[in-house]
Amino acid sequence: MKLRIKIIGATALLSLCLTVTATAQVGKPFIHDPSTIMECDGKYYTFGTGAGGLISEDGWTWNSGAIRPGGGAAPDAMKIGDRYLIVYGSTGGGLGGGHDGKINTMWNKTLDPKSPDFKYSEPIVVASSANMEDNDAIDPGLLLDPTDGRLWCSYGTYFGFIRLIELDPKTGKRVEGNKALDIAIDCEATELEYRDGWYYLFGTHGTCCDGANSTYNIVVGRSRKVTGPYLDNMGRDMLKGGGKMVIAAGGRVNGPGHFGRVVLGDGVEKMSCHYEADLDQSGRSVLGIRPLLWKNGWPVAGDNFKEGTYEIESERRGYALELTVDFVRMAGRMRGPQPANEPIKSIPSQELADVINTWPTGNIGVRIGDYMFRPHQKWTITVVPEASGYLGSPSYKIVIAGTNRALAATADAEVITVPAFTGAPEQLWRIDQLTDGTYRIMPKSVPNSKELLVLVSSGDSTPTLEVFDMNSDNSKWNFKAH
Amino acid sequence: MNIKRKTWLLAGFVILAGAGLQGCSATSKSKTDGTTKSDTARSIAQYFTPTITSNKTPDAEGFIRRWLLLEPINKPNRSNTVFTDSYIRKAFDTMYFPNQFTVVPKDGEKVKVGQQELTWHALDSKNFNVKLFRFAYGLRKEIYGVLFWSVTIVNSPHEMKNVRMAVGSNSASMWWLNGKEAVILSGDRRMVMDDCVSTRLTLNKGKNIIRGAVINGPGMSDFCVRFLDEKGEPIKNLSISYE
Repeated sequence: MKLRIKIIGATALLSLCLTVTATAQVGKPFIHDPSTIMECDGKYYTFGTGAGGLISEDGWTWNSGAIRPGGGAAPDAMKIGDRYLIVYGSTGGGLGGGHDGKINTMWNKTLDPKSPDFKYSEPIVVASSANMEDNDAIDPGLLLDPTDGRLWCSYGTYFGFIRLIELDPKTGKRVEGNKALDIAIDCEATELEYRDGWYYLFGTHGTCCDGANSTYNIVVGRSRKVTGPYLDNMGRDMLKGGGKMVIAAGGRVNGPGHFGRVVLGDGVEKMSCHYEADLDQSGRSVLGIRPLLWKNGWPVAGDNFKEGTYEIESERRGYALELTVDFVRMAGRMRGPQPANEPIKSIPSQELADVINTWPTGNIGVRIGDYMFRPHQKWTITVVPEASGYLGSPSYKIVIAGTNRALAATADAEVITVPAFTGAPEQLWRIDQLTDGTYRIMPKSVPNSKELLVLVSSGDSTPTLEVFDMNSDNSKWNFKAH
Repeated sequence: MNIKRKTWLLAGFVILAGAGLQGCSATSKSKTDGTTKSDTARSIAQYFTPTITSNKTPDAEGFIRRWLLLEPINKPNRSNTVFTDSYIRKAFDTMYFPNQFTVVPKDGEKVKVGQQELTWHALDSKNFNVKLFRFAYGLRKEIYGVLFWSVTIVNSPHEMKNVRMAVGSNSASMWWLNGKEAVILSGDRRMVMDDCVSTRLTLNKGKNIIRGAVINGPGMSDFCVRFLDEKGEPIKNLSISYE
């Protein structure tokens, strides 16, 4: 109950305080039906419909270059042991004139086309559809069940049922004697996930491939068994069209489809998709990566961080990150009862110019205190485009609003502000929305340290850098735009 | 990736679907699982049974499975994105056959729509939803770019106020209760149970006529209909007939 209240509270707070625009990745992230993002030797890969796919050095800037033979539609990918299993639909989906489809699997030791180990195995057909049956064997998705190691594949489109088959995780072949199960209708590009005792079936609903008019969206149902039934939040079976929204259009992108999940660590998850149209990129279909949140056991897309000026509020106490400077009082004094007929007037807020000359000019420490919308508590956060980013996120600088005074990590794992942002790694910050809707704030680098540390509250009023702990509110922050 | 979009790539396929699919033999050797082979038979028998009993109740979830279905009227559309509210109102206001909005046809009755001679079929669906695609495919009729009419009679043991008709359809559809418009589902829709529900309606004691029209371009056509009470619970104490 406590956790639920926290989640709801944090979510409500964010929805009130952030007006966030969903953004796609930078570079040339043009893709349709991206597979689950794979990391291989420090690079990120995703494959799409047709040949090839995208590669990224940092997870933020994406360009073409990934190689997947076989053509066809809508692949998925998974690392099993030291190999990568790729599954794709080589036909069907109306391509070539009908719904006779085939699902294929193939292996590769690496996804790096430049590696000497880069060689795909011969594809194996693991499922098919023919003769206008109630299924179209394309759009596969993989799940390696963490509870028992069994490998499952869902596939299908709007043409009939979404079906589930079992594969051999050692060979990628269909388990002998396995019979396909019908688990959903009314969706395509399905993906199975497991979390906390639930199996989740993600499906893409709506109209595909119509650019700015595409209504694609991603819905989900869940089940205690991988074989279903998959019910939505209203108890509707996905075999009757049920599904709870995970992500729909927003900002200047529409038509999210083809879900993929990446777990980066405890409490840090991302979802990938494509947007049917990014209106800022000629309406082309682009890769999208968003935080993945879990609310009351249901997944929902979070929001990519939007540049702006914020209070940085600790989840621990609700205090605000601020400069360690003298509190400058506003005009006035403690007031007693006032005459009823006293004229009402607006009092101007304290401005930066009112206080900045009282601040030291060198490094200034930071603390956490009562938020009073004062200049020493307002932080402007902007992208640093020349710096490398992270999976689904650029690097940011965090400065006191109206100044170039930047938040920075120190060699003794504390935080200070420096008079001017220089672009040094310790002044670059990674901001990840966590699965409960709060945020993790992490310096790109801590001088003389290889540890991955994050901004935490070590006391109600004292920030520091420590190892991230998803189970502690010390590690969590909120951004409030006032 | 959406089958409907992909079907756009195959305009010829859409247009020639009827003729081309005649070649799909019910005895074609399927490469699919044994569990799915039954889909491929070109017959309505896997999805419908002829009505035999005089009355039928809704199923355990309240879905009405007994319907008089008219073989599909040709209404070519290469995409379902055209199904705006105004488009489907115009499409359904068009008179295709005499007494279109009042007739309670008999099983086997024929109507002429343009050059098409179409037959009404009294059927019980084996599923909660009425798979119009399978109805058309099994009867070797046009399967894409089609408009279906359906009628059923709901017999209520007493007057029921504040009920709602809950409909899902693929693609757009429009529904009438006792001659009055009840629900309209516009756009490129998939059939989701309880997708659209009517405003509060009254089921008369005795006979109530439900009439529906479903339009689809590419993709599988189907619908599901049930009535919900004031608490949103399915109404099951009805009997369904076709005359």
